[in-house]
Amino acid sequence: MDSELQIFMQFFLSGLAMGSIYALVAMGFVLIYKSTSILNLAQGEFLMFGAYICLSFTLDFKLNFFASFLITMVFSVLLGLVVERLVLRPLIGEPIITVIMVTLALTYVLRGVVIMLWGNDIRQFNIFPQEPIDLWGVKLTQLYLWSMGISLSLLAVFAVFFKYSRTGIFMRAVADHQTAAQSMGISVKKVFAISWCIAAVVSSIGGILVGNIGGVGVELSHIGLKVLPAVIFGGLDSVLGAIIGGLIVGVLEFLSAGYLDPYIPAINEVFPFIILVLVLMIRPYGLFGTEEIERV
Amino acid sequence: MPAGLFHQSYRTDEHVLQTWFVRIWLAAFLALCVAFPFIGSKYMVSTMIEIGIAVIACHGLNILTGFTGQISLGHAAFIGVGAYSCSILNAHGVPFIVALPFGGVMAALIGLIFGIPSLRLRGLYLAMATIAAQFIIEFTIRRWDKLTGGVEGMYVDAGTLGPLRFNDHLHLYFLTLFLAVLATIATKNIVRARSGRAFVAIRDRYLAAEVIGVNLFKYRLMSFAASSFYAGIAGGLMAQYLEVITHESFTISQSIDYLAICIIGGLGQVLGPVFGVAFWFALERTLEWGTTALNTAYPLHITWFVSIKEIVFGVVIILFLVFEPDGLAARWRTIRTYWKLWPFSY
Repeated sequence: MDSELQIFMQFFLSGLAMGSIYALVAMGFVLIYKSTSILNLAQGEFLMFGAYICLSFTLDFKLNFFASFLITMVFSVLLGLVVERLVLRPLIGEPIITVIMVTLALTYVLRGVVIMLWGNDIRQFNIFPQEPIDLWGVKLTQLYLWSMGISLSLLAVFAVFFKYSRTGIFMRAVADHQTAAQSMGISVKKVFAISWCIAAVVSSIGGILVGNIGGVGVELSHIGLKVLPAVIFGGLDSVLGAIIGGLIVGVLEFLSAGYLDPYIPAINEVFPFIILVLVLMIRPYGLFGTEEIERV
Repeated sequence: MPAGLFHQSYRTDEHVLQTWFVRIWLAAFLALCVAFPFIGSKYMVSTMIEIGIAVIACHGLNILTGFTGQISLGHAAFIGVGAYSCSILNAHGVPFIVALPFGGVMAALIGLIFGIPSLRLRGLYLAMATIAAQFIIEFTIRRWDKLTGGVEGMYVDAGTLGPLRFNDHLHLYFLTLFLAVLATIATKNIVRARSGRAFVAIRDRYLAAEVIGVNLFKYRLMSFAASSFYAGIAGGLMAQYLEVITHESFTISQSIDYLAICIIGGLGQVLGPVFGVAFWFALERTLEWGTTALNTAYPLHITWFVSIKEIVFGVVIILFLVFEPDGLAARWRTIRTYWKLWPFSY
């Protein structure tokens, strides 16, 4: 394999690994948006919260990584439930901007809680082995492979869940038409709560994975904003779109870091956003979003 | 005495300040503002400057988000554009009185560029475009070292205007006060004129607005430009106030803060930003005072108190939105109507 292609594959696969984590978090976004039409801007803080809990149980309480992972999931479900019940349910029917603002206020609270409990330092997990694996000449750390594997398999699990399970079908029904779903005897409240729980869980998992790659700190919450281009790429109301968008953003980020960095340093931080603006100009509803047809 | 306000001609109906009561109170308030530096401490004057700058910035955001209904999460970036353009020009010898409006114009131009997608976007997708604007502008400020000083930031030369030198906070206070009052008057007049009605029509139902002949693209762009112009002016003042500007003064969290202020004050109300800013600063300074007091009492738990401040802040905003989603200005209006008609409220 010639080295030009090898370098490309290196960036491409790393991007794919990061992108699969983005896809996971983006799915959480889209789930909440689809069922409750709320854009949850506190997603990044959910992610940070999950990462910190897992880290704390693994390092401070010396628990098995797997055990603390499960505990984190329990905490995430609780977090999702509490937030939905206490903060967002009273606001059903309020203007959309109020609801967005509430999720922003949540970011203050969650960040405060995290700083209170764990302080400001960045800490490392060091769970996965560091040495890279040689994949047909492309060197990838195991961490990236694990992240990719875990996220992709989770995405597959959720795909099956939405397609075949009773709850998944309920959720799709509510997303499709709330009133109709309600009149068929589906509890919309329950579906809302489940959406928030799933969103909290997937973002915690995303947080744990990203935390493994770059260390756990308050900066983790920025992933929540980074995922936004991914969500928009795919269209706000398409789960498949979010996944593809996540992968595209991850790949774009790494490719731009690899090829454009010599010309404009650190371009990878904003490159997804530049592409986002362009995509929005050409396809205002994202690649897979529902186009609203307006007739007067 | 009439139990209410009854106009007998269209002229009186169009007055901005409709009763003598309001006029007297407003005059008294302005007099207090002018006299404030002579009675308040230095710290209070600085706080008032910050408040004035925030009021100007929030008026801009209120035009865009409150009246036109376009959620913007990139307002701080436009403030940054204004701050840097004004300071760079000033450093190159352009007089402050030209540089400040130019900062506004520059911000408005950049705002126009990012407003162009609004031709096709709306709602949350447009909010995303503004987030993109925020990140792209912030990145440009951080990386264009030669122009902006990059990460290290940039020293701002004090602007002068006749006998006034704005590194003196007293002089800056009066400039800010003047511009904040001007901004409020301008907003009030934009809103009650043709353009403002077009904005509100677009916000309430843009299809209907288009049908009755409002040019959506033109007025959306206008709203973007006006909003960013205010932001640019606020930026120029902020640069004078801070004396050293870095990209850290113009991040997305500041953008979010401005949006929060507008919502707390009441979107789509001219007085909303004023109330919002007052409430915001009162809350922030009280919490800061509280945490400092606690810190000196228990120096071992500093991180605790810092985080308590953030938590209380977030909780107050959440409670606010749950119990008063229309903002302080709406509450003010109910109180005022109650007293205007008291004791015969029916």
